[in-house]
Amino acid sequence: MANANETSNHTNVETGHPTKATYFAVAMLLVVLTAIEVGIFYIESLGHGIIPILAILSGAKFALVVMFYMHLRYDAKLLTWLFLAGFFLAITVVFALLGLFHFFI
Amino acid sequence: MAQAELAPGGHEEHQTTTGLSHKKLLMWAFLGSDCMFFGALIATYLVYKNQSLGGPLPEDVFDILTTSTSTFVLLMSSMSMVLAYSALTRGNMNGFRIWLLSTCIMGATFLGFQVFEFNEFVNHEVHFECSHLEDLTEFERTFADRCDGTVDEVFIEHAGLTPRTNLFGTTFFVLTGFHGGHVTLGVIWLLSMFFYSLRKGGITPAKHEEVDLAALYWHFVDIVWIIIFTVIYLFGVFPGF
Repeated sequence: MANANETSNHTNVETGHPTKATYFAVAMLLVVLTAIEVGIFYIESLGHGIIPILAILSGAKFALVVMFYMHLRYDAKLLTWLFLAGFFLAITVVFALLGLFHFFI
Repeated sequence: MAQAELAPGGHEEHQTTTGLSHKKLLMWAFLGSDCMFFGALIATYLVYKNQSLGGPLPEDVFDILTTSTSTFVLLMSSMSMVLAYSALTRGNMNGFRIWLLSTCIMGATFLGFQVFEFNEFVNHEVHFECSHLEDLTEFERTFADRCDGTVDEVFIEHAGLTPRTNLFGTTFFVLTGFHGGHVTLGVIWLLSMFFYSLRKGGITPAKHEEVDLAALYWHFVDIVWIIIFTVIYLFGVFPGF
């Protein structure tokens, strides 16, 4: 237990998870990022340049939920690798299928 | 905490070969595999998105403000879920029940939004005035040949989107429908936990891992929606994407 206390003063000593203040801060960040996403969606002058911006914002929201709400930042690394293996395999499948249909079918 | 202690990294140490809870390990393996499931559905949507022979298309039916609201509700449900788990680990059972029930209500609200959206799509109508054809989408212009030169004529045509209408409809309803199915399962799971917690000894702070697993599933449903909202809805209205 002492180790858990020493690792971070932002964590709950019972489980090694973040405190309520951290959870609220993450929620507010998620709301702000979503509002920015919707806001820039209506800026027509950005054209297709909006796509990488939205992808980055979406990626940030994804990372926040996974790291703080799903506790991967505080849990064992093995769990992170287990999840990321499936996640990156899924991304590979998406791009492989898009490439296959774009170039060969 | 009878069989689990905190490891130096902060996570719980279990008496297993990996030092991790087998249930938690299995849950993460399941979530990783579910990523591939949704990855395949998203890929199918993107591959067929511009292959539809007729409308309606995303720019005809999507209502970004409505979907943004439902996204906000789902994000907030994730926050209430972590607060429920946090209350449980601190031994605050009333707080746990309140936050858990809030999560269920917000999950059900999200499903309500989805039912509303599907209903709107199925009953979609094209409204146009013959004197204002310049703002119509490509699909809506296919109805413009009904204008016979009468300036003030107004047309309302039913042009619903169902899974059988076109490839966009098929892949969209399958993808968002499966996500809705996941949310439904999550709401049932969390509700069952709520009622189980009312029983003496049903859910206690010592049994917090059962809630942790349900919470992981709920957050996963949330992160899948984060991707669907961006890729399907926000990117969806850009021609050629």
